Amino acid sequence: MADELTTDAADLGPVTTLATPIRLDFDFTPGVAQSRFLRGLEQGKFMGQRCPSCNQVYVPSRGSCPTDGVPTTEDVLLANVGTVTTYCVVNVPFAGQSIEIPYICAQVLLDGANVSFMGLIQEIPTDQIRMGMRVEAVWVDESDLTPSLASVRYFRPTDEPDADYDTYKEYL
Amino acid sequence: MSAAARTVRPVSIASFAQSQNVRKDDERNEVEGLMPVIAEVFGNIGITKADVGFICSGSTDYLIGGPFSFVMALDAVGVWPPKSESHVEMDGAWALYEAWVLLQEGEIDAALVYSFGRSSLGDLNEILTLQMDPYYEAPLWPDIVSLSALQARALIDAGKATEADFAAIASRSRRDALANPKAQVRNDTAPEVLLADDYVVAPLRRHALPPITDGAAAIVLAAGDKALEWSDRPVWITGFDHRMETHSLGARDLTSSPSTAKAAEVAGVAAGKIDIAEIHAPFAHQEIIVAEALGLDDSVVINPSGGPLAANPMMSAGLIRIGEAAERIRSGQADRAVAHATSGPCLQQNLVCVLEGA
Repeated sequence: MADELTTDAADLGPVTTLATPIRLDFDFTPGVAQSRFLRGLEQGKFMGQRCPSCNQVYVPSRGSCPTDGVPTTEDVLLANVGTVTTYCVVNVPFAGQSIEIPYICAQVLLDGANVSFMGLIQEIPTDQIRMGMRVEAVWVDESDLTPSLASVRYFRPTDEPDADYDTYKEYL
Repeated sequence: MSAAARTVRPVSIASFAQSQNVRKDDERNEVEGLMPVIAEVFGNIGITKADVGFICSGSTDYLIGGPFSFVMALDAVGVWPPKSESHVEMDGAWALYEAWVLLQEGEIDAALVYSFGRSSLGDLNEILTLQMDPYYEAPLWPDIVSLSALQARALIDAGKATEADFAAIASRSRRDALANPKAQVRNDTAPEVLLADDYVVAPLRRHALPPITDGAAAIVLAAGDKALEWSDRPVWITGFDHRMETHSLGARDLTSSPSTAKAAEVAGVAAGKIDIAEIHAPFAHQEIIVAEALGLDDSVVINPSGGPLAANPMMSAGLIRIGEAAERIRSGQADRAVAHATSGPCLQQNLVCVLEGA
């Protein structure tokens, strides 16, 4: 048996590729602050947290101010509306894509927040998206709300005039 | 002091803090777990981040199952004012070594070192398999408990230890941990009782295995005037070295630890009497191997904190050995101590740190 294997292996030449499948499963612990954000999504709300030192509002907060390294303890309920600070029109198909191309992916600065937030922009032709556009969140039906970003279907334009560049230039 | 010790810039362990060590912290994320530890390590000596010139951390993304978790962890320290910063994908004891080397250059006088790890998020036994050689060993998924059992068996076969020795080490560790409120497994159980445990993987019974622990730790290093300013009784690092053996287990004598012995020689362990030793031996039998390699005699108190058999937070358990040893010198319980940290399967890589009171 051993001799046969040796003979066969020699015939096959050197091994040049080795596939070693690896799979590990992990739990994810969002933590105290991020759990509040996720529970907010479950209620159709954006919950952020304020730094007691620099007063910046983070959404979501991971429990600390990344600038000052101190706990963010004050919860802040943010508006359902915000400003597009920057965007990308996706024209390239990729594996696992769930949205029909072309579509718009944008950074939205929710009113009251100091960090922007990534979301889809819909109900507008892709060539009309622009920086400064005012948008509002469209949520899934109340019965479908979960502690997940899947609760936010997308953002869509409001009737408001565009935001002045000075109001969001610090967040680009 | 040894010849090696005389050539180094004196650096002190100015402050030490560790989290409560628990089986599973399912409430807080890494940042929320670290923040109180960072606050305590600064608060102990009344300083802030502005007082340190360098920050170095030790952790591994394999525990959390996500990339760049060490970057996310920096949120616990904050980026302002900006600091020179580094990270090692190793136990925090090696992060401490990097900071110590930087302090040797003399451009900065203080550094923050921290480490964190949550072993509870995945299957630790499987995760540790991925530290093996990826071609010949890892694909077979040799888990760390089984590999350690092979080492324990080799030790018994060589006549260097018995299963009763493992039970005695586990019993002593967890009894000593009764005095350590941060420890995870604390009880007073006689070795004879422990020997009635079933084998997990023969010859290792449950008591000879470390607990699975979530935890974090931090140390502030100080040199020059800051060392004297921040402590009435500075704890000096007088020797520091780390060495590594081949990754191929079959090429090693698992019953000895030449890398520990070499590191101990360079660090100057034998240059004076050692009062206590904090040994990072996650499996009970490994304490016997490391103690021999360090050249410790029977008078040395080993792991008065309870050691890794009482709390084994991955990536922090080595750094905690250095912190625990330093605390015993600072409190006057010891004048000279040795701390040891290990990494890799079956004591592959070892670090030795000699600490002395003023």
